[in-house]
Amino acid sequence: MPLTATTILICAGGACISAGEESVKQALEKEIEKYALNDVVRVVETGCMGACSLGPLMVIYPEGVFYQKLTPQAARKIVEEHILKGRIVKEYLYKMPTGEVIPEAVEKLPFFAKQVKIATRNVGYIDPLNIEEYIARDGYFALAKVLKNMSPEQVIEEVKASGLRGRGGAGFPTGLKWELTRKSKGERKYIVCNADEGDPGAFMDRSVLEGDPHTVLEAMTIGGYAIGANQGYIYVRAEYPLAIERLNAAISQAKEYGFLGENIMGSGFSFDIEIRIGAGAFVCGEETALIASIEGRRGQPRVKPPYPAQSGVWGCPTVINNVETFACIPPIIVNGANWFRSIGTEKSPGTKVFALAGKITNTGLVEVPMGITLKELLYEIGGGSSTGKKIKAVQTGGPSGGCIPSEHFDTPVDYESLQKLGAIMGSGGMIVMDEDDCMVDVARFFLEFTVDESCGKCTPCREGTRQMLKILDRITSGEGTEEDLDELEHLANVIKDTSLCGLGQTAPNPVLSTLRYYRNEYEAHVKEKRCPSLKCKQLIRYVIDPTKCVGCTACARVCPVNAISGEVRKVHQIDNEVCIRCGSCIEVCRFGAISKVSP
Amino acid sequence: MKSVDLVQSARYHREKGELVVVDREKVHALVREAKSESLEEKDILINTLHKVQDYFGNYIPVEAAEIVAEELVVPKSKVYEVLTFYTMFSTKPRGKYVIRVCVNLPCHVTGGREIVQTLKELLGVQFGETTKDGLFTLETTSCLGLCGVAPVIMINDQYYGDLTPKKVKELIENLRSGGDAR
Repeated sequence: MPLTATTILICAGGACISAGEESVKQALEKEIEKYALNDVVRVVETGCMGACSLGPLMVIYPEGVFYQKLTPQAARKIVEEHILKGRIVKEYLYKMPTGEVIPEAVEKLPFFAKQVKIATRNVGYIDPLNIEEYIARDGYFALAKVLKNMSPEQVIEEVKASGLRGRGGAGFPTGLKWELTRKSKGERKYIVCNADEGDPGAFMDRSVLEGDPHTVLEAMTIGGYAIGANQGYIYVRAEYPLAIERLNAAISQAKEYGFLGENIMGSGFSFDIEIRIGAGAFVCGEETALIASIEGRRGQPRVKPPYPAQSGVWGCPTVINNVETFACIPPIIVNGANWFRSIGTEKSPGTKVFALAGKITNTGLVEVPMGITLKELLYEIGGGSSTGKKIKAVQTGGPSGGCIPSEHFDTPVDYESLQKLGAIMGSGGMIVMDEDDCMVDVARFFLEFTVDESCGKCTPCREGTRQMLKILDRITSGEGTEEDLDELEHLANVIKDTSLCGLGQTAPNPVLSTLRYYRNEYEAHVKEKRCPSLKCKQLIRYVIDPTKCVGCTACARVCPVNAISGEVRKVHQIDNEVCIRCGSCIEVCRFGAISKVSP
Repeated sequence: MKSVDLVQSARYHREKGELVVVDREKVHALVREAKSESLEEKDILINTLHKVQDYFGNYIPVEAAEIVAEELVVPKSKVYEVLTFYTMFSTKPRGKYVIRVCVNLPCHVTGGREIVQTLKELLGVQFGETTKDGLFTLETTSCLGLCGVAPVIMINDQYYGDLTPKKVKELIENLRSGGDAR
């Protein structure tokens, strides 16, 4: 690695790539070439830095100056001004809502400064394709420690003592899972990494896989040593081609360096990892379905017990852990269980990575200690609503979770507290909704997802969710009755109790939680045929305010179905029989004369 | 793109009621390649199908699936079962560009509904359909994990975020006029 005076870290996470990172990097390199700076400036593409709403972004070290919303033009200017002349380019710095600019945003901005990084400790700091950068940050040190100084039992004890719980959603104690699998009889055992991150709104696993793939390999090898397995699988969804590419590269590097394969570090322990790629089935995130898919079959779950710890891949005892869970293992081994326990809460030690999405200012990934309140997470770190309207609720745990209304934002975020509110931790997706979002529509939306993704094996999930969706369709189109609400609740409880796997058992949660907190909205839909949030198309009308309309004809021209009529300079009218409620007219009206009303 | 010609020739043959031309030797080679990359042979059906599909460009012809079944010694019924279970596999030719639209809540609340509407209008197809010129197939996808820049779509292997109806229009026009996917 050449020693350079300046290092530019440019975020090459999925979001920044989609925002044009590639062209920024090219411009940067070309300019550096032009001024013959190759020997003093190094450009490193890192994993996701987390601040997805500000991309493409980069940090210049040693100064630690954070530049955001970059373009190729910006890159050229930064080389000319910042690199050559040492002058900070103000226009690409982060601006606070007060207008103040902060050059060292990474240290000072609450979004970054309030974070505690364990699972994502390397993401955004190292070149994921360079194993030496991982090693330079204590990479593979935990593996060495385990292989040289610890017995498998000691490893398991350490993980148990740390109190680490599964980050995939259910929160099962990881150490216990390892212990059970170690104790199960079987000639062969397997370690599986569940990287089939499918929960809408969660993307922390993707960021770890893309930004720090070696941490997953190291942790899986440690797990293999602890339970007595010599082979591991990483099951990645096909929607993540970049993660697959980087994992493949990491595996071959680790083999080259002797961290994977035969006789690792001369310890006599051998371990190999292979990648299995999904093919677009959400249910494969469920562990028994995932096993079926690894074995090359349809991804359908089966009844538990036996649990994978007794009978997993090819009937052998198998540990299945989520990506983020694995990413916590090396630091626990290096720093000890007590260190991990000192962070977070008693029952939920450590940190959790959350994905902030929806109507929030700072979308992206943040890792914070467990027990932080929703208020801190959404307002201080997340920067509050992005629309100027009040945040109404946050949905945690995706289609298996529930929504938490703003009155409960003082709740600490940990497994138990969220469950009490009828939501779940899930994999850490937080979808923020504001006053414009109709909670019945949200529930219907999730149900639509479950109906689509139900594998069809058990009746309650396959047929039950379909019936629930039908009822919700009726309600959102103004044909619902009060009996429908009771029926909905009844059906939800039956599906919850009788479904085969986690998908069905949790599918009714969004409906149950919105019914619990927003029954008044449901009632408005069925009793008054009114959508209070003006979202459900069949329950709203578009009207033109005659006192504001000047007859400019802009709306009539943009309407795709010719529902608007009126002469020039005369007040226009909307024929709501014809109108498809696309909203184009509201967008073009410069006089604010068109609005939605319900009913 | 390597396999577009093959897809188009396959479609051409089908329309005329002729057999699809499948390079049998190539499919055999792909299966052998999949086998050589894996420690165990019994679990590679899905990986093999991915390889075959990539080769044929977005779909797996029946004849190729039969060869896979033969080579891996699994019943044809099982191959069919797997092919039809996973949404990413297709037994029908798909367009040169497969557009996968994220239809999950984070995209929905940030304007995804308008993106879906725009795409359907522009392409004149519904989800699961291919345009007549064989250029685009419109599909839905589960969450792409780019919620930070929602709404998002994926065209083949490329992601596009922070979309507006206007950006979508430009994107499609660019592809139609022979531009690259990025």
